[in-house]
Amino acid sequence: MSKDAGPGQPRVVLVDDHAMFRAGVRAEIGSGLDIVGEAASVAEAIAVIRHTAPDVVLLDVHLPDGGGPAVVAAVLPELPDTKFLALSVSDAAEDVITVIRAGARGYVTKTISGADLTDAIRRVADGDVVFSPRLAGFVLDAFRDGGGPGGAVTSTDPELDQLTPREQEVMRLLARGYSYREIGTELFISVKTVETHASNVLRKLQLSSRHQLTRWAADRRIV
Amino acid sequence: MTTPLSTEPSSVEPQQAPRLYRNVRGRVLGGVAGALADHLGVRRSLVRLAFVLLAGSAGLGVLLYGAFWIVLRTRAEDGTESSARYAVQYLIAAVAVVVLLINLHTLPLGWWFVPSLLACFGGALLWRQASETERERWRRLSSSSLAVGATDRIGWLRIIAGVTLVLAGALFILARAGISAAGAGLAAVLVTAGGLALITGPWWLKLMRDLSTERRERIRNEERADIAAHLHDSVLQTLALIQRSADQPREVARLARSQERELRTKLYGGGVPNGQFAAALQAAAAEVEDTYAITVDVVVVGDHPMNARLDALVAASREALVNAAKHAQVTSVSVYAELAEDGASVFVRDRGSGFDPDRIDPSRQGIRGSIVGRLQRQQGTASIRSSPGQGTEVQLRVELE
Repeated sequence: MSKDAGPGQPRVVLVDDHAMFRAGVRAEIGSGLDIVGEAASVAEAIAVIRHTAPDVVLLDVHLPDGGGPAVVAAVLPELPDTKFLALSVSDAAEDVITVIRAGARGYVTKTISGADLTDAIRRVADGDVVFSPRLAGFVLDAFRDGGGPGGAVTSTDPELDQLTPREQEVMRLLARGYSYREIGTELFISVKTVETHASNVLRKLQLSSRHQLTRWAADRRIV
Repeated sequence: MTTPLSTEPSSVEPQQAPRLYRNVRGRVLGGVAGALADHLGVRRSLVRLAFVLLAGSAGLGVLLYGAFWIVLRTRAEDGTESSARYAVQYLIAAVAVVVLLINLHTLPLGWWFVPSLLACFGGALLWRQASETERERWRRLSSSSLAVGATDRIGWLRIIAGVTLVLAGALFILARAGISAAGAGLAAVLVTAGGLALITGPWWLKLMRDLSTERRERIRNEERADIAAHLHDSVLQTLALIQRSADQPREVARLARSQERELRTKLYGGGVPNGQFAAALQAAAAEVEDTYAITVDVVVVGDHPMNARLDALVAASREALVNAAKHAQVTSVSVYAELAEDGASVFVRDRGSGFDPDRIDPSRQGIRGSIVGRLQRQQGTASIRSSPGQGTEVQLRVELE
């Protein structure tokens, strides 16, 4: 599924407060990617990212002096081309949503394999989004209030961008564990279209009202 | 208190010199006379008679009896008494007080006698109200309010009666000294109380703060001990097991996976069977994970309380998972469940070897009986999409009312 990474390898900065974990990630993905910096805290991460201007920041959601969202919020206005991929041991809805809202373009958990992580970084560097099935499940959960499967999705918040039926279909297949390519085959659309749908969902997620997010997070505390 | 004292009046003295204990069994009033009789080795009736005679001489017997009543302890094993018993006691005490009051003018000891007596009774009631351990606490901390012992109705009655008696005694003294003096005395008391509060206030506050700090500290320590116990029982044991089976990757993965799930459940909650579909499905998936050393990614959208149809759905999903674990030759299987008002769907999907669903041996019961048949009995449907090399997806659905 890995696409052409463009000229050269994506330049990556690792942000994680555990040195052991950074070393492990470096060993796993270092051969296929160009790791240009590491950081263990929010302040350090901001400094390193400013200095190196990487393509992708692999960002831990929980950091001692703040969190991944703080890094994204501080860096993104200055370096809008930097892509953030959240990498966390937590797949709780609140963590996922906070960092996606801040502007991250993907979210993977730390149980991911080295090959999958490399692939995810490449895709994020290309401008795609990376979803886990579980995150797709969160999305469906949030948007399905009052709507049956296959039926029109309604929301209690009229301001909210709504998922189109097609986007909902993509989410459902993603949550069922289909890859983008398999979804494309299933729905007779191209992989690029699947990725567009996924991107739209992510964008809508960022734009969703605070009310909806609060309720969502409260409803989905359970991992 | 190792040798129980006999409560018989004529009993032989035990070997140890006995401490004085008020007898609760077989007593008339407070058990003081019985205690003295036992201690001195004389008949109870004699002791009682002596008290009555002394009471005649300016109430000395009553004062003595009250003093003994306050000071002497009851035995621990005699602690249970019926409230009817208390009622009789207080009736007798009340009659005694009334008789004393009626004969007030005949008493020779002057105006201070009755008030003092009332105050003594009140104090005795309050003091007796506290149990032995509470009295200890009063002495040690003097921090609790007087309401310590008031855990039941009788306790409250006692406290109210005690306070009333004490106040009555004090007012009596003031009233005897003249109405104007009563006002002045009251003012004096208030001023004194205010002064005392000012002086001792900081000390009280500090005491309270220390107590709450101590309580918080204790709770924190208990929590720490709880976490340490849990880490010991689960994480450390698992790590030890992993060290011992380091050459068996599947076993290591299985141990790590189950440990991760357990910690996750402890940290974030969820996964604990609570009669809801999502938890039941997650529990079934966890069981298959542990049994077959594969990873099962569960995504559940929506939730619903369990019923017979969802039971069947969970059981069928479990069977589909087991099939995938056994035959698909994969390390991970994904499960997606979606619940809406009208129906529940589960998709169990693997990217394994796959097979041709039309060519299953008819003698095999796994799919036909455990999945399709089970759901058909609940008006549900099951279908399998698979082809060799393309993996398998089992689609399960039941209607919900």
